[in-house]
Amino acid sequence: MSAPLPRWADVVVLPLVNLAIALLVAALVVALIGQSPGQVMTMLVQGAFGTERGLSYTLYYTTTFIFTGLAVALASHGGLFNIGAEGQATLGGLGTGLVALWCSQTLPAPLLLPLMFIGGALFGMIWAAVPGYLQAYRGSHVVITTIMFNFLASSLLVYLLVNRLKAPGNMSVESVSFGPAAHLPGMHEALAWVGVTWPSSPLNLSLFLALFAAVGVYAFLWHSRAGYRLRAVGSSEGAAAYAGIRPRRQIIVAMGLSGALAGMVGMNEIAGVNGKLLLDFVGGAGFTGIAVAVMGRNHPLGVVLASLLFGALFQGGAEVSFEVPGFSRDMVVTLQGFIVLFSGAMAYVIAPALAALVQRAKSARGAAAAVQPSQAPHG
Amino acid sequence: MDEALIGALIASTLRVATPLILCALAGLLAERSGVVDIGLEGKMLFAAFAAAASGAVVDSTLLALGLAMAVAVLLSWLHGFACVSQRGDQVVSGMAIDIIAAGLTVVLGIAWFHQGGQTPPVADTVRLHALWPGAQATLERVPVLGGWLGPAIGEGLLGHNALVYAALALVGAVWWLVYRTRFGLRLRAVGENPQMVDAAGVSVLKLRHAALTLNGMLCGLAGGYLVLAQNASFAPNMTAGRGFMALAALIFGNWRPLPALLACLLFGFLDAAAIRLQGVSLPGIGEVPVQAIQALPYLLTVILLAGFIGRSTAPKALGIPYVKER
Amino acid sequence: MPAIETIGSSSPAVAVRMTAINKRFGSVQANADVNLSVIRGTVHGLVGENGAGKSTLMSVLYGFYAADGGAVEVFGAPARIRNAFDAIALGLGMVHQHFMLVETLSAIDNVMLGAEPHALLKRADAVVRARLTELMNSTGLRVELDAVVGELSVGDRQRLEILKALYRGAKILILDEPTAVLTPQETEALFKVLARLREQGTTIILITHKLKEVMRLCDHVTVMRAGRVVHECAIADASVQGLAEAMVGRQVHMGRQGDALAAPGAVTLQAEGLTVRDAMQVVRLHGVSLSLRAGEIVGVAGVAGNGQSELLDALSGLREPDQGSLRVAGETFEPGRWLDPRRARELGLAHVPEDRHARAMVMSFAAWESAVLGYEGLPAYSRRGWMRHRRMVDATAALMQRFDVRPRDPLLVSAKFSGGNQQKLVLAREIGQTPRVLLVGQPTRGVDIGAIEFIHAQLRALRDAGCALLVVSSELDEILALADRVLVMNEGRITGELPINECTEARIGLLMVETAHQREAA
Repeated sequence: MSAPLPRWADVVVLPLVNLAIALLVAALVVALIGQSPGQVMTMLVQGAFGTERGLSYTLYYTTTFIFTGLAVALASHGGLFNIGAEGQATLGGLGTGLVALWCSQTLPAPLLLPLMFIGGALFGMIWAAVPGYLQAYRGSHVVITTIMFNFLASSLLVYLLVNRLKAPGNMSVESVSFGPAAHLPGMHEALAWVGVTWPSSPLNLSLFLALFAAVGVYAFLWHSRAGYRLRAVGSSEGAAAYAGIRPRRQIIVAMGLSGALAGMVGMNEIAGVNGKLLLDFVGGAGFTGIAVAVMGRNHPLGVVLASLLFGALFQGGAEVSFEVPGFSRDMVVTLQGFIVLFSGAMAYVIAPALAALVQRAKSARGAAAAVQPSQAPHG
Repeated sequence: MDEALIGALIASTLRVATPLILCALAGLLAERSGVVDIGLEGKMLFAAFAAAASGAVVDSTLLALGLAMAVAVLLSWLHGFACVSQRGDQVVSGMAIDIIAAGLTVVLGIAWFHQGGQTPPVADTVRLHALWPGAQATLERVPVLGGWLGPAIGEGLLGHNALVYAALALVGAVWWLVYRTRFGLRLRAVGENPQMVDAAGVSVLKLRHAALTLNGMLCGLAGGYLVLAQNASFAPNMTAGRGFMALAALIFGNWRPLPALLACLLFGFLDAAAIRLQGVSLPGIGEVPVQAIQALPYLLTVILLAGFIGRSTAPKALGIPYVKER
Repeated sequence: MPAIETIGSSSPAVAVRMTAINKRFGSVQANADVNLSVIRGTVHGLVGENGAGKSTLMSVLYGFYAADGGAVEVFGAPARIRNAFDAIALGLGMVHQHFMLVETLSAIDNVMLGAEPHALLKRADAVVRARLTELMNSTGLRVELDAVVGELSVGDRQRLEILKALYRGAKILILDEPTAVLTPQETEALFKVLARLREQGTTIILITHKLKEVMRLCDHVTVMRAGRVVHECAIADASVQGLAEAMVGRQVHMGRQGDALAAPGAVTLQAEGLTVRDAMQVVRLHGVSLSLRAGEIVGVAGVAGNGQSELLDALSGLREPDQGSLRVAGETFEPGRWLDPRRARELGLAHVPEDRHARAMVMSFAAWESAVLGYEGLPAYSRRGWMRHRRMVDATAALMQRFDVRPRDPLLVSAKFSGGNQQKLVLAREIGQTPRVLLVGQPTRGVDIGAIEFIHAQLRALRDAGCALLVVSSELDEILALADRVLVMNEGRITGELPINECTEARIGLLMVETAHQREAA
């Protein structure tokens, strides 16, 4: 095996290289279907960042991805692969929505919104903690159980919406709208309070919640005792056992916190945007969260940046699909798949080649330095 | 319950179970060799697309099926390259294949057929049809038992296309391969103790790649079935989680062909019953919501994995990339 | 002993000849200029302590490693053995200490695997079964062919491994510590089989440290120490005493005057009747009792794998024994309410594990994070759930200063430190808590020379400050340099206890190889 990569190359260069490869393959596909990759790219960037409205949409998507990305990242630090963020986000929305439905006529917003937040996080936490418990105490593999729980979550949501919560007299499968107290203010509303005009969009205050959550995850993992123990179990079960840390407990904690983070999606989608419970408000964000965590190397900052990337792709992709006939958002999904493939499963395929390049660059520089003295001008 | 209902239920069970059986067998071969495969969904989806795209253009059932199998095999090889040769994470690789398939099938569908991702219907001559279409009528003429035999056997068992019977036959074939051949012995061994197999002079990588090739072929058949026997055209995300249900059936069947078949039939039956039980009140329970029945396969799998019914014994080396220890 | 015969050059008398074998792993010279000659049709013992190089030598012979230098001849012809396959083709067969069997398959399937005579199992089965039955009859080895391996006893599994090797045509059988996991009865059965195989002309190489067995079974013996061959002779010319001395070697510190306190302090730890069984119900620790006193270093000597690890695990709370009791810091522990690592630390019991990589540190953590492992809950280090970063980093820097850990960077990833510095950091962590009792496993394994003396000095200083120490080491040198009292372990029992000034090569060597039989007979 060739020399291992130096740390800077491993953390910064390798992910960028893997991303570049994914983009290249995606560009090939775009070309294959008769579009110009360059044109698509420009339109995409323009659509994502070029207008205030576009930027807002980008950030709105980013918010949800931050939640699911953090969920997957945190579980990874505990040594667990949480594929269930999709289902946990669904339950989170359900929890948020249920609290809203029960209390939006009776409680004022400052009391209601935090309760809705807790409801969403709690529901998401439970939905993840059960598979966590099964892994810790019954040995059931968390990957399979969380996949199953994803399906159970969507079945549950459909059942509740169709049979219990459906707004009477309405044809569409959704609940009654929440009262105004349950509304998480949109960014355009908030900016209006400080006198700034901003186009209306789904972007809402939960963006700050997401950023706060990212800081919180960082503080938890690297500054709290519980986070230390979680990381120990995730890195080395033997060392954790030696330290007297109980792995079973940590597994449940990791999954529970992970589920809670995914559950916060409810604040963005249900409280912030829709104002009622409806089907499929997660729309695959749980899986994008996996791509985000993989790209962001499971670090909260990386997750935020990767979420921004994917938010831009989703928004830009939507814009391109308006402009270019034959282009749809599914291209973004495909790119997402490539990113998971190259940055996730094949992350280290390029590593030896990259390491060799770094090695050669180093020795070339070393050789050049050695040659210098003899090239010094003689007196 | 009347005979027509029984016949319809049996027929429906077999129809729904067929793609599950094929995918479960595919998963069985991969996972018995030690490779986790959650990419069954993606492979089936892409194969369905390949069958639909080629079937709409060229007038050949065999070509459509062949292309479906080829595409799925390619994806299996990708999975094999990423996680067997390169020792990448097997779960992540499977997930990637699912996501890529979900997106790329629609992208190509729109680019080639301009129908929002849907493909034009495959011609009737290319689609698969019941092998014995007259079976029900014939059996109904049997004295005394005809009224019962006709629907139950005629429609239920004999009214299917070749792929349904092929799937059932393949259960037997896979069983024979795994338990009665040299390849099968090595396959079972490499999923439990790859070091031992390596020390015995057999290539772990080659075994796993072979298993994945067969896995691709079976997924291809499953995808082809969806388009050539069931729906007639490809629609975005038409697999609707069947690949994961097949995985659940495989686990429920403890990674063995016959129990997995039974699990697939059970899940197929639940699906068939779900629609029919809508609005029907069961004694003691009342009306069972259709979503509950749809969720039952997944719930049962979780209960099994939790060890509450029987014991789940996965191949010991499942999910662990093989590294020669030297 | 069979007469040496040479019928031309086609029937060589020497089955295996290894000449000038060199093998280096990193900074360790595992084999240095090793010569080995095994005469055909004999049982040849390869003896030495752990790390002596015997396993490496056999791995070279069997193709697991390529030697850096030297030559191998099998049956007189030069051999290029690049992998196990080549070795098997030449007639070599190896029975490993850790069996290579698939537990869910039957015995006959395990034998067949990789050498199936037919693609269809039914036919292959018939052929293999016939041959195996023949083999079983001629060798006396009996295994239930259709039994699932998972249900076979350890002795049966080993017989199966031997059958597997013979089935593949092994004429030279290498057995790696075969009796390590056997009961006395199973050992007897094995000896009968080996004797019979020798009668039939099979050459056997026996890797072991059990000298009594060597005396009983072998025709010749080669003793290795520190990668070199130090002695070889015919068994007729050998004695257990002589072999033990050769195995253990000349020691500089023999009979050192102990520097323990004139009156060793109070008993701080008392263990009675510790019995530990492993996953296969094989007894690893047989009713071991010991006591540790303040201001005293107790050294545990013995070849690794004789229960020392299980002893450390039980005493530190990592593992609950099946029987026994432990008394420390005024509390008594029994199975059902055993010590756990957290409670152990609370009671002032610190532990430096044998396995640095998997237990003592988290390799991906920064040095300061590893330096608080196990102690992160202390008030000095965390308050109300939040870790006091600054304090932890400063404390680590101070420890690094005191224990000369280099580089002095608390933020550097643990994996980046050299083995010696990692060990110093672990010791710093444990000693830094001024424990009442310190358990140490292999204190200087993988540590460079410079650090070894430093570590030894630290352990002595701790002892002088009144701590009770238990040091387990497979390096006898180390035990003799450090201990005030020496316990020798073999086969899960303490075979002897000697104050340091009564330790001689001969006595220690004998105790290291003494078995339960002998003790009962004595």
